[in-house]
Amino acid sequence: MFILYLILIVLLAAGLFFIRNRKFRTGLLGLFLVLQTILPVYGFLNLNTPEAGGYFSYDPLGIILLAVLTILSYTTVLHSWSYLQHRGDSDRNQRLYFAALVLLIGAMTSVYLAASLGIMWVLIEITTLSVAALIYHERTHLSLEATWKYVFVCTIGITFAFVGIVFLGKALQEGGSVNLAFSDIPRHLENVNSFWLKLAFIFMLVGFSTKMGLFPMHTITVDAHTVAPPPVSAFISTTLMNAGFVAIFRTYALMAYTPILEWMNNILLWSGALSIFVSAVYILKVNHLKRMFAYSTLEHMGITAIGLASGGIGYFAAILHITLHSFVKASVFYQIDQVHRIFNTYILRKTGSYFNRNLAGALVMLLVLVSITAIPPSGMFISEFLVFMALFQSGNLIAFILIMILLTVVIYALGRSILPMLFLPPPATEINNDVTIKPQESVSQFILLLLAIFLAYNPPPAFVKMINDAILQLPG
Amino acid sequence: MINIVLITLLISLFYVAIANRLLTYIKVLAFQGILLFVVAFIQLNEINPLNLVLILMETIIFKSVAVPLVLAWLLKRNKITREAEPFLPSFLSLLIVTAIVVMTILLVNSIEDSRMDRIFFVVALSSLFTGIYIIISRRKIITHVMGYLIIENGVFILSLALGSEMPMLVNIGIMMDIFVSVLVLGIFANRIGDTFEEMSVDHLTSLKD
Repeated sequence: MFILYLILIVLLAAGLFFIRNRKFRTGLLGLFLVLQTILPVYGFLNLNTPEAGGYFSYDPLGIILLAVLTILSYTTVLHSWSYLQHRGDSDRNQRLYFAALVLLIGAMTSVYLAASLGIMWVLIEITTLSVAALIYHERTHLSLEATWKYVFVCTIGITFAFVGIVFLGKALQEGGSVNLAFSDIPRHLENVNSFWLKLAFIFMLVGFSTKMGLFPMHTITVDAHTVAPPPVSAFISTTLMNAGFVAIFRTYALMAYTPILEWMNNILLWSGALSIFVSAVYILKVNHLKRMFAYSTLEHMGITAIGLASGGIGYFAAILHITLHSFVKASVFYQIDQVHRIFNTYILRKTGSYFNRNLAGALVMLLVLVSITAIPPSGMFISEFLVFMALFQSGNLIAFILIMILLTVVIYALGRSILPMLFLPPPATEINNDVTIKPQESVSQFILLLLAIFLAYNPPPAFVKMINDAILQLPG
Repeated sequence: MINIVLITLLISLFYVAIANRLLTYIKVLAFQGILLFVVAFIQLNEINPLNLVLILMETIIFKSVAVPLVLAWLLKRNKITREAEPFLPSFLSLLIVTAIVVMTILLVNSIEDSRMDRIFFVVALSSLFTGIYIIISRRKIITHVMGYLIIENGVFILSLALGSEMPMLVNIGIMMDIFVSVLVLGIFANRIGDTFEEMSVDHLTSLKD
């Protein structure tokens, strides 16, 4: 089944690029969405079945994130369509856009389901290449700069991850194994030299955090957000970061029963705390709507890393948090596309009175502000609460207090930037275009935001069971 | 034999540190490709012949012929001036690379593991860090690519240290080579040269807060 999926993805991408007939291409996109829907359902029904000779498997974490990806694929394809229509891009660029989008979704799907370290590594590099084509879509000087930086730094990051894999291979060799399958590695790592494991973990963390956008390597994803088309930013900020999360989660799970667990937790905790620190500082400072939300993503990735580092209920909270964050953050970026169409700029200072211009959009923005800062009706309140409960229980009081203060700063900074855009009038000289946006264009964002609330307060039992299954392999 | 080849590779790193012209960098990369061919030939004696042929072909054709030729073509096509334009004087570069090598030797010798090939790890990590040093100390974008290729050669050596037991690692390393070439050809050749008159990182500073 999975091999068939991969073949179809490649065929569909080729079809979207080479076929000139628009109607036919629309049909192909529909076909793609059907395919992308069938896979998680099939995977859910065949949980933990190995596929393609054991290189892939439908494991619970992969299926959860794949389901998120499928839901966001629908909205992203929809918003990409309207984005391209409003920009009036050439036919060739549109074909390239959708072909790259389909490849990206296929690559991310494969990363989630990969069951072998080597395969996952290769697929992560493929996501870099396919997203590069999308980041470069607007073909300006800035997008060239961001694309080059993104691809170059990601490639260096992925090389670091490879060095980490080699060190892990060295450790495995000591344990008497040559197999890089996730299910097989842990049992060979019990009695090996922990120096190799530490080296492996630190290299893999740095490498994969280029994808997840954690502290030392966050700058390139922020730049990429700035120039990418908004629907693509939605992907970079959510599903692509989830791919990085999967990689880090699996690396962590591999070594979770070795003596370096405590050490890994410390590294992850401070990496997360520093991410939140950097994001708090920059959210206070930036004046660019997309960059601001890119830094907000950095903050939430930091929280997720902290959840992972805290252990216990924190594992559960990390996965829940990253799921809810995906829905909320994606709807932000879809909404930003509308903001850009009305004000023709991303600079916050030049915007204002959004409620008068686009009522539905402004409501989305308000709901987003509440959701992203985790103020109670928001679903992320639950997940952040669980993360901090785990952090408190793990006894890191200094980190706990520091992070609480930083989060308060983030809430203040986001409110200070977004509320004036919604309520205060814009600077006098600006805005005389009369673009109107139909309320129904905001429907998808309402659905995603409500879904995030629903999943947190009334999670379906199957969803909870999936998360619990996903963290079964972790201690305690 | 293998020690001599690896030490030659280490010496080529010093040569890169003081090299002034971009063509010299390209020649060193080609030379390193040949050295990697020899190392792979001696080291990988236990893997299946078809895989060995693939790896050897990759080192000799790809690393030592195709990539240098493409880089030379890029230099000509984009009319890049031939100096490397380092931020630091050559003497200082030489000192830094020496320091890197000494540090890696100390690091690797501090590991207590009787079964490891220390020389592989010394040379690989030295190349890795020298590559990073080249990237941060040179001004042109194309020297960044060359610095990356040096990193990659280091990583290739590292994977060869385990290559006999885990040929999959070496194959993945080859995948990385191919990806990077796609990257260089796809973005670099067509776009950057046309947009940036002088391909320098000084132009890559518009995105900031």
